[in-house]
Amino acid sequence: MSQTDIGPPYYKDMLPPVMKENYGRWKYHEIVRSGVLRHVAETGAEVYSVRVGSARLMTVDRVREICDLADKYCDGYLRFTSRHNVEFLVSDKSKVEPLLQELKERGWPVGGTGNSISNMIHTQGWIHCHTPATDGSGIVKAVMDDLYEYFVDMKLPAKLRIALACCLNMCGAVHCSDIAMVGIHRKPPVIDHDIVSKQCEIPTLIASCPTAAIRPNPKLKSVEVTEERCMYCGNCYTMCPGMKIADPENDGVAIFVGGKVSNARTAPMFSRLAIPYLPNNPPRWPEVTAAVRNLVEVWARNARKGERYGEWIERIGWERFFELAEIPFTDKHIDDFTFAIPTFRTAATFKW
Amino acid sequence: MAESRTPLLDELEKGPWPSFITDMKKLAQRKPAVQDALGQLEMSYRDKKGHWKHGGIVGVRGYGGGVIGRYSDVGNVFPNVAEFHTMRVNQPSGWFYTTEKLRQLCDIWEAYGSGLTNFHGSTGDIILLGTVTQNLQPAFDALSEAGFDLGGSGSDLRTPSACVGPARCEWACIDTLELCHDVTNTFQDELHRPMWPYKFKIKVAGCPNDCAAAVARADLSVIGTWRDSIRIDQEAVREYADGGLDVGRAVVHKCPTGALSWDAEKKELGLKAEECNRCMHCINMMPRALRPGVERGATILIGGKATILQTAFLSWVIVPFMKLEPPYEEFKDLLRRIWEWWDENAKTRERVGELIYRKGMREFLKAVGLPPAPQMVFRPRANPYYFWWSEELEGNGHKEQG
Repeated sequence: MSQTDIGPPYYKDMLPPVMKENYGRWKYHEIVRSGVLRHVAETGAEVYSVRVGSARLMTVDRVREICDLADKYCDGYLRFTSRHNVEFLVSDKSKVEPLLQELKERGWPVGGTGNSISNMIHTQGWIHCHTPATDGSGIVKAVMDDLYEYFVDMKLPAKLRIALACCLNMCGAVHCSDIAMVGIHRKPPVIDHDIVSKQCEIPTLIASCPTAAIRPNPKLKSVEVTEERCMYCGNCYTMCPGMKIADPENDGVAIFVGGKVSNARTAPMFSRLAIPYLPNNPPRWPEVTAAVRNLVEVWARNARKGERYGEWIERIGWERFFELAEIPFTDKHIDDFTFAIPTFRTAATFKW
Repeated sequence: MAESRTPLLDELEKGPWPSFITDMKKLAQRKPAVQDALGQLEMSYRDKKGHWKHGGIVGVRGYGGGVIGRYSDVGNVFPNVAEFHTMRVNQPSGWFYTTEKLRQLCDIWEAYGSGLTNFHGSTGDIILLGTVTQNLQPAFDALSEAGFDLGGSGSDLRTPSACVGPARCEWACIDTLELCHDVTNTFQDELHRPMWPYKFKIKVAGCPNDCAAAVARADLSVIGTWRDSIRIDQEAVREYADGGLDVGRAVVHKCPTGALSWDAEKKELGLKAEECNRCMHCINMMPRALRPGVERGATILIGGKATILQTAFLSWVIVPFMKLEPPYEEFKDLLRRIWEWWDENAKTRERVGELIYRKGMREFLKAVGLPPAPQMVFRPRANPYYFWWSEELEGNGHKEQG
């Protein structure tokens, strides 16, 4: 029988020699050009990292192609970033240009450094998840095709982090991104009483509802939903497959803006609602793609140099943001869930 | 030419960004499962809904987590994805690989799975997408033979992850990679055998830039920092100024605490170290001239999570500064105390942040033995409704009258 609990491979066995030798002794770095970082150690040693955008959904053939390139230019060493980019770790400076040349020939985008859009964090969507309200990889492909220029160049005011979660479970934890797309439902679940009574634990199902919209239906050994209390989170479906919430006609995408995780200048912030709903229109989600481009460009035109999305909005005020972005402000934008009160304005100092 | 069976997906082969559809189509020529995965995805694009059934429990011997069952609801149409389970494989710290190791993974997944992967999943694991139940154990055996282990799933410790750290970053205030590796190995049982109220995530970032998004995405967030002064190389500052950086406007003016000053004539940067709150802005702007201090450690925060159910939380400071050196016993002891309290008190599917919100931070701090500190709050409470511990009061309460 095979061994269990051996833990992950040891990272030190995966480091290029220059990183092992200079571990913890890096002095500074610079961005040589978009997508290329140069790190210099106290010893004077240097390493180049070439950052390449990729679909996170990859076949073994694609991974092998990456390996071929890393063998050829990086002595067999590479890494992935926390945002699904590939980083080729080049110890020999003379190999940087030939690598860039070959990446160009193969159509691989080099970028994602500095004041750019990095690769999109996203979730599975229709390819493999059982609770999605929208797709993952497809929207990401459509959006990144459209915003390609902002990945390969560093022409934005600051860095911009875009993310997508295909339902409110938010496995991609998109709630602190500069721009976040979230798959949403808009109607209460349709109850399949047969499934609920046979497969689900009723008390757990009832307890799963954050607004207490689910109550027992003893006659059918099932449940009922108070529809006006349901806010379509889908948590009941996660607990019980009889609470069918997916709805091709009404599911779609919401867009949140202004989140960040870095402490630089300002504290980390949540993303906040900009657009309550856009339709699911596969294969290229034109409404979503256009809305994201508009959101990117209104910030790029108006923000000061070095100002993250949320910092820009907090400076100019949300009322000005909605005006500049030409997004209608609706009752959906005013919070009525938990912790809503601190978001209500208590000052008479606002803009027109 | 034959009509395409995936007209909608074909649209995603256009445009400059790498296309997962083009990639999948090539693999589909030798993998019937990928052919059917494309067929089912096309159906989802047409129907605007997913076609995977809800849930399904599968696994490998000795483990409670690490494998996620997946069954098609149109398996009669696409029999090669009727069973299409996910294996989560624990990534090396910092997502570093040799091509030799990656190729081993590819060969295993070629032999036992669909050949589809995610590099990486949202929590950080290598995700191997799509295999049948009978291949799970042989796939695991081959992975184990190659030195790979499964990650977490279900109500357990999820695979910890870390930023690039001291392997390449000059700002790493702690050894993020070693801490992540050490903690992952110490808590293999908690990682592989779900026994908790719900999931628990740990992420490790080396500095306040938080490239691991620890503050937003981890129940327990570790963020490297320093306690003494930023180090300044005035010569290098002058080089930035001479090179065209507007130090006054771009760096000093944006210092959130006003700790920096700029002598434009001498081209010299002034710093009131005691006013600095270590936000990283000036260091980010001038990496050749400014560096974190030398008294390094980490801030420990708790409670971060996404929206489901009650709301999203960013993690809250519970230890303003911890030294964090091997063997990390202080850190591991704290983890054990937190887990014990959470396990004892939480309802099913209650994350630790939600439990702290329900029970109160003071209950939590007392239970795990952490002293209160002003660094834990942005500002103190504005109401007078606070509790006293009985040991803080005189006598036995109200005296009986008469």
